Amino acid sequence: MAKLFSEKTKQVFLGPLSKNNPIAVQVLGICSALAVTANLKPALVMGISVTVIVAFSNVIISLLRNTIPNRIRIIVQLVVVAALVTVVSEFLKAYAYDVSVKLSVYIGLIITNCILMGRLEAFAMANKPWESFVDGLGNGFGYAVILVVVGFFRELLGAGSLLGFRIIPQSFYDAGYMNNGLMMMPPMALIILACIIWWHRSKNKELQE
Amino acid sequence: MDTNKNGYTLIYATVMVIVVALMLAFVSGALKSTQDKNIRLDKKKQILSSLWINTDGQDADALYKKYIVKELVINFKAEVLSEKPGEAFDIDIKKELSKKPEDRRLPVYVANVDGKTKYIITLLGTGLWGPIWGYLALDADKNTIFGTYFSHASETPGLGANITEAPFQQQFVGKHILNDKNEFVSVAVLKAGQTTKTQEKVDAISGGTITSKGVEKMLLTCLGQYDLFFKQTTSGGTN
Repeated sequence: MAKLFSEKTKQVFLGPLSKNNPIAVQVLGICSALAVTANLKPALVMGISVTVIVAFSNVIISLLRNTIPNRIRIIVQLVVVAALVTVVSEFLKAYAYDVSVKLSVYIGLIITNCILMGRLEAFAMANKPWESFVDGLGNGFGYAVILVVVGFFRELLGAGSLLGFRIIPQSFYDAGYMNNGLMMMPPMALIILACIIWWHRSKNKELQE
Repeated sequence: MDTNKNGYTLIYATVMVIVVALMLAFVSGALKSTQDKNIRLDKKKQILSSLWINTDGQDADALYKKYIVKELVINFKAEVLSEKPGEAFDIDIKKELSKKPEDRRLPVYVANVDGKTKYIITLLGTGLWGPIWGYLALDADKNTIFGTYFSHASETPGLGANITEAPFQQQFVGKHILNDKNEFVSVAVLKAGQTTKTQEKVDAISGGTITSKGVEKMLLTCLGQYDLFFKQTTSGGTN
């Protein structure tokens, strides 16, 4: 076990959660962060799905890394990701139909997520399977955390609920409180994201340019 | 081994494509029957949902048998083509909509809710990003809306996707699709504050204008096919 969680592996896992966050620092995967965060639930499931797929595609590419012809490596990576996404979506359709109906469009969107290609190209092509798996998990969680925070604020302020449950009591509405419809618009996701990045950089001075 | 040779690259790509294709074909084939069963069950749930029957955690098959008493296939002249169980259920409404109006086979589900007859009409239309569909249940007078169910493939979450939510769907309850002169006019979906003299209206979703308009158009087109059926007097009807 000691070897499994060496200092380096720990760094590989923890880095993307904070100082090397795929969204807040590398600014990857922004499009899906805007698209699926209007409510908390899709944000949560998107985060989990991306984590699973990035972790496993990292492992597969890492296993194949010495055999992949250099000139078609991007195509090979894309095929692996697309195949994995399709398999996941088929399984959801067969065994969790309700969930798959709610998510079909998001699951398909994972193929185009820049984080996946970024991790495969930058990490899995040069590292062993176990490190690659940990790296995938770390990056997936780093992505999920930002999505959940953005989704939390957007749903709470935009719809007054969380995961579909009403949070802001009726008495507030009676007293004149109104949901902020702007929160439901994609631009608000950018603004919340910018606030997160602002806070993140004020905590981590070395990230300031 | 030199992995940069053309021959190697070509063989690698070919083998990869074949392996992946076989794997996906196998997964898809192995799961097909389970998926089809889910799709049919889901359709039953959707139909029941237009009658405000909650199918969560219940046997939708049994509920469907209990509430849906007859499945009819009719044509645009409102002549009954078939009453065989399952025949209306298997109609692909998308294919029917691409045919000429006189060739279309239109499904009507006849339900019995607490002793009262309801007619359920199948809807299919276009939203902003993709298809939207639903079911609309009418009272025995074939005029008053009893309940609706709307769904969509890819409308924007929080905006257009809200057509699936109860607050939007409940607005339709009690609206009439025929006017005083017994002409089919459908129901308008309008911005809050706007009114129309010729139709009854429900409020559109703010930020989801194109999806809302899609619902309005879907109602007009799909219900329009049943024009003569609505005007046909039945034993339970009032006109």
